[in-house]
Amino acid sequence: MNLIDVRDLARTFVVRKRSGTFTRLRSEVRAVRDLTFAIEAGEMVGYIGPNGAGKSTTIKMLTGILVPTSGHLRVAGLEPSRERTELARRIGVVFGQRTTLWWDLPLRDSFELLQKIYRVEQARHRRNLDEYVELLDLGDLLDTPVRQLSLGQRMRGDITAALLHDPEILYLDEPTIGLDVVSKGRLREFLRTLNAERGTTLMLTTHDLQDIEALCDRVIVIDHGTAVFDGALEELQRRGESRRTLVVDLVDEAPPICVDGAETHRVEGPRQWLSFPAGASAAPIVAAVAAAYDVADLSIQEPDIEEVIREIYAGA
Amino acid sequence: MADLRAAPREYVWIARMWVRSSLAYPLSFWLLTLSSALITLLDFVGLALMFHTVSALGGFGLREVALLYGASGIGIGVADLVIGSVEQIGVHVRTGTLDSMLTRPVPLLVQICADRFAIRRLGRITQALAVFGYGAWWVDWTPSKCGVAALMVVSSCLIFFSFFVAFSCIQFWTLDSTEFANAFTYGGNTMTQYPMTIFPREVLKGLTFVVPVAFVNWYPCLYLLDRPDPFGMPPWFAVFSPVVAALTLTVAGLAWRTGVRHYTSTGS
Repeated sequence: MNLIDVRDLARTFVVRKRSGTFTRLRSEVRAVRDLTFAIEAGEMVGYIGPNGAGKSTTIKMLTGILVPTSGHLRVAGLEPSRERTELARRIGVVFGQRTTLWWDLPLRDSFELLQKIYRVEQARHRRNLDEYVELLDLGDLLDTPVRQLSLGQRMRGDITAALLHDPEILYLDEPTIGLDVVSKGRLREFLRTLNAERGTTLMLTTHDLQDIEALCDRVIVIDHGTAVFDGALEELQRRGESRRTLVVDLVDEAPPICVDGAETHRVEGPRQWLSFPAGASAAPIVAAVAAAYDVADLSIQEPDIEEVIREIYAGA
Repeated sequence: MADLRAAPREYVWIARMWVRSSLAYPLSFWLLTLSSALITLLDFVGLALMFHTVSALGGFGLREVALLYGASGIGIGVADLVIGSVEQIGVHVRTGTLDSMLTRPVPLLVQICADRFAIRRLGRITQALAVFGYGAWWVDWTPSKCGVAALMVVSSCLIFFSFFVAFSCIQFWTLDSTEFANAFTYGGNTMTQYPMTIFPREVLKGLTFVVPVAFVNWYPCLYLLDRPDPFGMPPWFAVFSPVVAALTLTVAGLAWRTGVRHYTSTGS
């Protein structure tokens, strides 16, 4: 059975716009419409889309915060908005931009409170806490008040807090926002381990496509409230008719390079950028360039997923 | 139902976190406690001073007014201590903390009421108890009066309790109307600090049948003081407070459910 089952899900908001001093214009906004997807236990799914596409509306419906206008929705066999408290014990939610930890108390205290309200047995709590403290390197921070933690440390604390009750699903909303490269890397590593060892299903919304590249085998792209793509990351890259880029450093400045199978789209001094279909081999192009020009250096850039998604948006 | 049984315990767990949080800043904690105690103390001192120039207020002496004042003060004090944070609904909606609360397996009302639990609010209750004690000293106690007094204290807490919840629910729609709730909670408290005889009959009717704060202390206290009802209301109003409390609690419960349903079906 699917862990998350979404069929023809829709959510409409009523918006009132000021049209005069006392009059309001009432209009309906369809934040989510005809949304259908299913996620199986153990998947790591990236849920991406531009601002206002309906990402948070979907997450709010999946967690039971928001009642759907219509459609079918089951998470872990439960109907989220009706069985919200019951569902709460089986999911973990991390909102990247706000913390659920107690600001003025040591990290440890927040964890203890969560143990109580989620009714986690002492032994299991100890085991989980020890493991996450070890994996996320929180040992020295447990007795530090949360307000004194750095953003990255706090995020690790928040993730631990969301995992102490062994949720089957972990929703992450922009988990790496504002973190430095090292912290991002460490966090992604941890999430991969979590998924591999505990089989926790991960659903993350993010603007950082490196998160997706590092973590998700599957991507759901949402735009204007509906899924415009659902499939493997490689498929997404192919689908976008993506192109690879050959960066050529010439010994001297030259007019745009002209070879078969590639076109020069940018020239900057002795450096030129040639693009060619991602499916084609780079070898003949490299050979042709090297034969006709004095080349100092060459490099190939893989298609940028961000560009691919932009093309999907443009096409949708 | 299991949720409801665990609610008091969950409330205490969360409230304890906030008490410990506030102790992280000891100086500010003590200053706030002290100033809150001073303000409530001065409040009654002001009323007592008035009795230097007048011997009675609406026909009631200082000792009798103290009984009324104390009974109302205990009610609002306990309600404010336990559930006063419910006024912050609008803030939780605006900042999104309400969403986080909705993803926790604890009833939302418990989480909101326990939020920012402040032990310094005990100051108000202590003051009210002292004033009530002073007024009660002069009452001719009988077993039935003790019973009425006990019902009065419990009911007055519950009535203010319902007012806090019911009128705060408006914020699910307006987001910013703490003052509106305050008009009924603290406003109701202010009105009931005085004998109803200082108000015209229409006001008393309003405070009896529309916003029933007169049941917080007025009717039971008339019985405790062996006074006939100056407005000619039936004598059984003295023991009617628990029924009124049950009614206001029901209304508050409905308002709360409607409010939460509105939030989860509109998102803001």
